[in-house]
Amino acid sequence: MRETSLRVKVKLPLATEIQKLEKKSLVSYIYIGPPTNVAIYGTESRIQLNDQYARVADVPEFVASEREARNEADRNLLTTSLKVHKDTKMGIVTDVKQELRKAGAFKINYSTLKGVNK
Amino acid sequence: MRRAAPEINAGSMADIAFLLLIFFLVTTTMDVDSGITRRLPPPVEQPDVDIKVKERNVLNILVNKNNRLLVNGEPGDIKTLKEVVKDFMTPHFPDDPNFPEVEEKNVPLLGNIYASKGVISLKNDRGTSYDMYIKVQNELARAFNEIKDELAQSKFGTKTDKLSDEKREAINEAVPVRVSEAEPENIGDR
Repeated sequence: MRETSLRVKVKLPLATEIQKLEKKSLVSYIYIGPPTNVAIYGTESRIQLNDQYARVADVPEFVASEREARNEADRNLLTTSLKVHKDTKMGIVTDVKQELRKAGAFKINYSTLKGVNK
Repeated sequence: MRRAAPEINAGSMADIAFLLLIFFLVTTTMDVDSGITRRLPPPVEQPDVDIKVKERNVLNILVNKNNRLLVNGEPGDIKTLKEVVKDFMTPHFPDDPNFPEVEEKNVPLLGNIYASKGVISLKNDRGTSYDMYIKVQNELARAFNEIKDELAQSKFGTKTDKLSDEKREAINEAVPVRVSEAEPENIGDR
């Protein structure tokens, strides 16, 4: 079952050169997309960490807590999976990536579906 | 008087089996997580110090906020991007000034081979759509995978995904995926 309920719409882009993510226990997820409840939160893309909306500044803390939750040997193998809605602007994604770099979470995976773009 | 052993009513057996089947169908997650894996560079300590790379070794790809491409100063198209990148990254020997420099490398299992010193520099705007960014990343990955496949084909006679781990390692070393993402700048609208 899904561990978190999504508060943002995530319609993944398509790609062909994809790799499977191994070891799901070593993956932490960051969701970015327009809020599901447009009436309250508008249509601007938001970041979701765990179960709630977050700001870019909250990313380092999230990375730290994710790392804390794994055992010591696995911490360097942690991958961050970015699940981003395909119509999102790169600005917010770049901001998140910069924070990940600063926090030392270098392994990332742009989550995509397998398929050919027309 | 002997009575026949009572029979168990098994009429609903099929229903129960179906119910279980559907229950497990619903509760099992089937989504396989997949995507394009990349490694972010460590943060730079002194942002002013640029690493100098010779101009001929760099292929500049810019994606603007209207999702248009600029490849080495000229308008590009996503459909031809793979060929351009592949052409650029394929080692050209003898030295050709229109292409990146080549260096001789000794790679285990492959012996001495020529490797391109080319670098792909990718830069996008804050307003670029994520979809376009993934398309570009995908085309880059496709170009590199094709170069790897061709090398694997000529050296080992099969494609990269059918090789043993050691051989794949050697191919990966011979064809490094050098995609550099520029430090973000705030240009254009959000």
